[in-house]
Amino acid sequence: MKSEIDIKLASFISTEILKQPNRTVDPQAALISSGLIDSFSLIDLALYVEDEFGVHIDDSELNASTFDSIDQLSDLIQTRS
Amino acid sequence: MLPPLIASINYLTLYKQGPDWNMQTFSHILKHHFDDDPDRVCLYILQTGQPDLPLTYRDLIQGAAGYAKTYEKNGILPGEVLILILQHGIDLIYAYFGAILHGAIPSIMPFLTEKLLPERYRADLVSLISITRPAGIVTYKEFEEVVRSAILPEDSVRNIFISGEVDTPFNPDFEELNGIKRNPDDIVLLQHSSGTTGLQKGVALSHQAVLNQLESYSAELGLMEEKDIIVSWLPLYHDMGLIACFILPILLKIPLVLLSPFDWIRAPYRLLQAVSAYKGTLSWLPNFAYNFCALKIRDRNLVGVDLSSWRAVINCSEPMYLESHFAFFERFKGLGLKYDALVTCYAMAENVFAVTQGGIREPVLIDEIDRDSLQMEKIAREPQVGKPSVKLLSAGKPLAGVKVQIMNSEGMSLPERKIGEISINSNCMLNGYYNRPDATEKAFLNGWYLTGDYGYLVKDHIFVTGRKKDLIIVGGKNVYPQDIEQLAMEVAGVHPGRVVVFGVFNAELGTEDVVLIAEVHTDDPEERERISDLIRQTVTRGSAITLRQVVLVGKRWLIKTSSGKIARIANRKKFLEDFGLNSS
Repeated sequence: MKSEIDIKLASFISTEILKQPNRTVDPQAALISSGLIDSFSLIDLALYVEDEFGVHIDDSELNASTFDSIDQLSDLIQTRS
Repeated sequence: MLPPLIASINYLTLYKQGPDWNMQTFSHILKHHFDDDPDRVCLYILQTGQPDLPLTYRDLIQGAAGYAKTYEKNGILPGEVLILILQHGIDLIYAYFGAILHGAIPSIMPFLTEKLLPERYRADLVSLISITRPAGIVTYKEFEEVVRSAILPEDSVRNIFISGEVDTPFNPDFEELNGIKRNPDDIVLLQHSSGTTGLQKGVALSHQAVLNQLESYSAELGLMEEKDIIVSWLPLYHDMGLIACFILPILLKIPLVLLSPFDWIRAPYRLLQAVSAYKGTLSWLPNFAYNFCALKIRDRNLVGVDLSSWRAVINCSEPMYLESHFAFFERFKGLGLKYDALVTCYAMAENVFAVTQGGIREPVLIDEIDRDSLQMEKIAREPQVGKPSVKLLSAGKPLAGVKVQIMNSEGMSLPERKIGEISINSNCMLNGYYNRPDATEKAFLNGWYLTGDYGYLVKDHIFVTGRKKDLIIVGGKNVYPQDIEQLAMEVAGVHPGRVVVFGVFNAELGTEDVVLIAEVHTDDPEERERISDLIRQTVTRGSAITLRQVVLVGKRWLIKTSSGKIARIANRKKFLEDFGLNSS
């Protein structure tokens, strides 16, 4: 389950946010604090998570202290779904 | 429909009728509101997870007086600069107007974001201090150490003020405050662009310049204190946020509903909900925000939202696109949004703010022109049959008190439809770049301020077509390519001096993407990915700018000028030819 979520998130991030479909994104890599995902794209990630996994991430949670890596985000999705 | 223009009730006009108009300063106007209408709400502060906080003129002046007293007690002199490093909120507002009441010169520095490395922020602050020579800095307790570490022994900074440790709000006697003794020609505030380069050029504005701007701009907008409400999410360190959505409403008694940019970027629907809840009439947005709102707001966040009160949504501070207006209108027309409300403006900090305003008295003019003539011949010709054309939005006509001409490279004025550099001469120009007479001198030619923007005129309407300077504007924010190039050259594996950064328009986002090209030694794909990641990370953490594309190329790919400099425009062209828009 978790690995499936990880794969989907990584694919969305590389294809839709970074626009580098061939790129690998390490599940442990910092996404927000490293600047890989900028603030303009955070909302895209939240909308994707909601559509794909039916999990709502509130806009007040869109920061590095709620989740900063694919790993942390997929944990959050599992806890809530 | 727009309300009729009634310029006569605006406050500055009232003041002008009085005998003391020539002695007016910010403090005189604030005193007037404080004496005359202290219970009127001037500002509603909206923050996620907290109830909306209304502030009256009494609250504002009393809170500001606490700061003014603290500055005074600690020996800050009128005319000295105070740097404010605070998040958007009540402390920043009180600290700002406290400086005004004390006659000191406030300047807001963007707050450290989680992306930016503290060391890099510190380096920018060191550079800001060395040029601006502030007497004091206002910040939070938690941030005091970072600020203190940026102060060198011989620096001008004598005090660091902690926002929670200032004097309590009180009813001031304006006659005892230093602000009321300032002259209209004295500098009232400084505005900086962000980034290492931007922080080195502080735009110094006098009371008179700002008030002249407010007078002509409010007349053009037809502002009415009983009917208008401004709703804004814009940062206060930017001219559009600071002047149009902070100074103007507070001095002119137009209620202001203020969201934080941090909240808005995560929840753009909050702007629309605020317009609906407060019956907002005016907002200013950079072009990308039209696309952002149109694409990223869910229907469930729009239930019950009514936008019919919005009479002017003013597109300003980055290139404006008709497509962005269409996208915004299509998305929100069902909520009562009027197409005529989508209007245009051309502005810059050096002219306080607005140079032109379009769409208020008449619909925004659209000029369809031949694309090749625009690009090759620098002429805005009517479209040719069978040839590609482009539709440009007029930025409107110059405000009263502002003259605009289009100049060629020799400083000669060009006729209508010829493209040249937009230059301006007005009654609201900057006093100069603060402590930078060299930069000030370079910015003017025969008394005309050279904007660095290209454009043309049609019957006094200004059309902006591009930029002479290498500046990139992302989401309304100025990005200086040289700052980013410098950062990327620090990455191991990148050839020193072989990096170029430029902007490429992204139609989906309605703003520019920042593209970086670097020459590297290696051909190994894994090694290249590692270098590319490191460049992204170094740039983001060093500048808070996210690169949209990083392209690594082999030796001697980049084009240099005859003097050995990297040619940004030539390399941009080569990139578009070689890689197209969607490569990575």
